Amino acid sequence: MQALYAQLLVGLINGSFYALLSLGLAVIFGMLNIINFAHGALYMMGAFCAYFLLNIAGIGYWPALIIAPIAVGIFGMILERTMLQWLAGLDHLYGLLLTFGLALIIQGIFQNYFGSSGLPYAIPSELQGGMNLGFMFLPIYRGWVVVFSLVVCLATWFLIEKTRLGANLRAATENPTLVRAFGINVPRMITLTYGLGVGLAALAGVLSAPINQVRPLMGADLIIVVFAVVVIGGMGSIMGSIITGFALGVIEGLTKYFYPEASNTVVFVLMVLVLLLKPAGLTGRAA
Amino acid sequence: MKHRISALFLGTALALAAGGAVAQDKTVKIGVLTDNSGLYSDLGGAGSTVAAQMAVEDSGLAAKGWKIDIVSADHQNKPDIGTTIARQWIDVEKVDIFVDVLNSGVALAVNNLVKEKNAIMINTGAATSDLTNAQCSPNTIHWVYDTYMLANSTGQALVKAGGDTWYFLTADYAFGHALERDTAAVVVKSGGKVIGTVRHPLNSSDFSSFLLQAQASKAKIIGMANAGGDTTNTIKQASEFGIVAGGQKLAGLLLFINDVHSLGLKVAQGLNFTETFYWDLNDGTRAFSKRFSERMKNKAMPSMVQAGVYSGLIHYFKTIDAMGGNPHDGVKVVAKMKEAPTDDPLFGKGTIRPDGRKLHPAYLFEVKKPSESKGPWDYYKLVGTTPADQAFRPLSESVCPLVKK
Repeated sequence: MQALYAQLLVGLINGSFYALLSLGLAVIFGMLNIINFAHGALYMMGAFCAYFLLNIAGIGYWPALIIAPIAVGIFGMILERTMLQWLAGLDHLYGLLLTFGLALIIQGIFQNYFGSSGLPYAIPSELQGGMNLGFMFLPIYRGWVVVFSLVVCLATWFLIEKTRLGANLRAATENPTLVRAFGINVPRMITLTYGLGVGLAALAGVLSAPINQVRPLMGADLIIVVFAVVVIGGMGSIMGSIITGFALGVIEGLTKYFYPEASNTVVFVLMVLVLLLKPAGLTGRAA
Repeated sequence: MKHRISALFLGTALALAAGGAVAQDKTVKIGVLTDNSGLYSDLGGAGSTVAAQMAVEDSGLAAKGWKIDIVSADHQNKPDIGTTIARQWIDVEKVDIFVDVLNSGVALAVNNLVKEKNAIMINTGAATSDLTNAQCSPNTIHWVYDTYMLANSTGQALVKAGGDTWYFLTADYAFGHALERDTAAVVVKSGGKVIGTVRHPLNSSDFSSFLLQAQASKAKIIGMANAGGDTTNTIKQASEFGIVAGGQKLAGLLLFINDVHSLGLKVAQGLNFTETFYWDLNDGTRAFSKRFSERMKNKAMPSMVQAGVYSGLIHYFKTIDAMGGNPHDGVKVVAKMKEAPTDDPLFGKGTIRPDGRKLHPAYLFEVKKPSESKGPWDYYKLVGTTPADQAFRPLSESVCPLVKK
């Protein structure tokens, strides 16, 4: 039984990465209608950004938590301005192909210079060590990841669903022409939204740098699972992707305990089931 | 009827004569089949191609009128892709010899194909000891290391040092299974006990669930029967969960210098594991490694897989040069390679057994403390050497049909 509690908690930790990443994807898909396959590469760039800040500029973990998402977010906005915006209104497939190609190029460049084994990034000294919870040894850093990502997820949800800015944004997705008539700069808003989604990916990257090796392919390994999370939660649904992210982390954790061999397929089995029973996803509205 | 039979004989004789003429053919095509983009690409990958080029240059065969080409491809760690490429290389591109071929799953698949098509494989990257045992082939030489040797050296040393209960964390495919099987056998033989196993999918990023299970088992040793990115992530996360601090010891059953470089000495210090090559062993290895690293984009030192590509090809070139030409006949060339002793600056003097196993000493290393290291890539302390004749599976235990008993 104790082992079970531990697995649940560990699942929750992984779930927080799924939630952060799928949240970014959901924001981008919901607002921009782009299936952002470059998300994994941007997550990886966030981790590398933290590594560079530490090893070149001597800037530690805490500032990196703010600087890296902004830097990678700006990179994302440049991508949106120079490439993605021309795909507005076209079939989803174009956006998918473009972002997938970008992901391959970005990963290829990093792999060329840094190899595949990755680079070390230490846990910040304030969060080292762990607590004995009785049923498991919880590394403090992992606890921090769960709490922090939960806060970020809820803040993003609040921003988009409950504020005036979010309302404008949602209106702009529904009917850009009408919103423009109210004097709102829709293209700029879309660029900023893409930047926000990308920033969330980079933030997840910084959070994961001390846990996983900083590797060029760290995002490629994760992105497929995250897409499954988004599909299960319902494409474009903000709350849906947060809840599904955490829930799937837990389910995956339990699989790792009861039948570890299936742990990397269980998410996809669930995806198939959900698509069969509720094609729009658990929280999605039918199109 | 008689006429026809004699015509047939004449035809065969002519064909044989033509075959003799082909033996003077001085062209060779080398195929570097490896992981160029995935989790193992630092161990082999582009570095293996660099090592092959260096072997071609150092062999001096070009000056003797030989024409040697190298092709390289990415098998993406998928046996089906690996065999498709290999088939095309043999049938269309006329590749004579495969080198590297890391990933045991791919290696076993390509091994069958190479045998069927009578090509050659000098395998320097795959770990499974089945390549020279149940699956042995007259066309294959297993050059650098295998799971039996790793288990024998690292496993035995750890049990002797008091680590008599083991829990395995195993990559769930041919390689992990072989390494777990061979290590478990050594542990039991040396008086230890295996109390559990958990198998994780290849290329996992999170190991905390598996590590918690290993931690709960209270085994003294957690044997990591995985490699590359899987191993580095396991080690890093184990230190996070306080596994080593809690008194359990991690055993890296297969670690490469690139993994240690990537982990950093702070996390990796104190790990014991076995390799057959290290750049800083002697003047010969240092000279080669310096030249190698200058040609690498990330200035990496050679892994034992890459060193093996060089060493294996040097022996191959010596053999075909002595034969006076390339007969394009895998079995014939491999038989000649087994007859001659090997000698190169990287692995020293050695031999190749009838089952295709290349023999050389195995070195047990310990990763230095950060304070002991003089700089990047100065990572290992040599703590023990197993002589060549004891490092690998003895022929008496072999089930390979090529071994006459």
